[in-house]
Amino acid sequence: MSSLRDILEAARRTGDWRPMTEAVPYARWMGVSLEPQGGEMICHLPFQPMLVGNSTIPALHGGTVGGLLESAAVFQLLYAAESIVLPKIINVTVDYLRSARAVDTYATGVITKQGRRVISVRAIAWQEDRNRPVAAANAHFLVDPGD
Amino acid sequence: MSIGRRMSDRPFDKERVLPLLDQGFRKMVPYNDALGLTAIDCAPGMCVLKLPWAEHLVGNSETGVLHGGVITSLLDACGGASVFLALPSPIPIATLDLRIDYLKMASPRRDVIARTECYKLGRNVAFVRGVAYHDTPDDPIASCAATFMLSTKGKPVVTRGGS
Repeated sequence: MSSLRDILEAARRTGDWRPMTEAVPYARWMGVSLEPQGGEMICHLPFQPMLVGNSTIPALHGGTVGGLLESAAVFQLLYAAESIVLPKIINVTVDYLRSARAVDTYATGVITKQGRRVISVRAIAWQEDRNRPVAAANAHFLVDPGD
Repeated sequence: MSIGRRMSDRPFDKERVLPLLDQGFRKMVPYNDALGLTAIDCAPGMCVLKLPWAEHLVGNSETGVLHGGVITSLLDACGGASVFLALPSPIPIATLDLRIDYLKMASPRRDVIARTECYKLGRNVAFVRGVAYHDTPDDPIASCAATFMLSTKGKPVVTRGGS
């Protein structure tokens, strides 16, 4: 089996990111697919009934949306960081802006700071309208380009 | 632990509340059920949940360590449950924000426990803090601080039964 680093190098070279989601069991289980567009890695989370938190509305679980934002931050970093790095998350803050309904959700990130040891990523998640995000997150990662 | 608003006058009966919480929060919250969460302890404003390790919840297939998003989901679910356990009667709530600090790597192939407390219940907002750990809360994998809006849309997802 190829190492994650090999899979990442191949994805960055070929633009085929499917093997990368396959290598992350949680992303595969959630049904996340990666759709690179320009400089952005769009994470697409198709709706499934198991993702629901409050079944009386119904609305997606806070953990579903938080997990998607965290994945979006990681995948943006894997996609667009200056060098090939495997990030280690330090922390994440998620703001829940609107109730996330029982439909498909999208998320992407922007690298706000790329330091020698820390990379910061801001991520947003939306459903029908990108200008009306359902949640936003800020995450910090430790990186060690030498490993 | 002090809580801003008075809770139910009835004495807290853990033998009655814990099974109701455990069944209710999986039945009414599909994602809690999908993750296999179980409630293992509770007190007024305090909840302890267990997340069983599973292959499909892993973030890095090389290490077998759970994905950060899974820990986020566990702490969010536990935080929400601790708010329900602080409320005098069930009302719908929604997470407003959630911060997680990852303090050390989770060990591969091991269950994770979350313990959260609602330490302040306001009129509109409930404040929660907690940790995720393997063996003891004194040696946490992650810590969290979260706020929940009270009386949001929909119906409460967990009831305390009776009242």
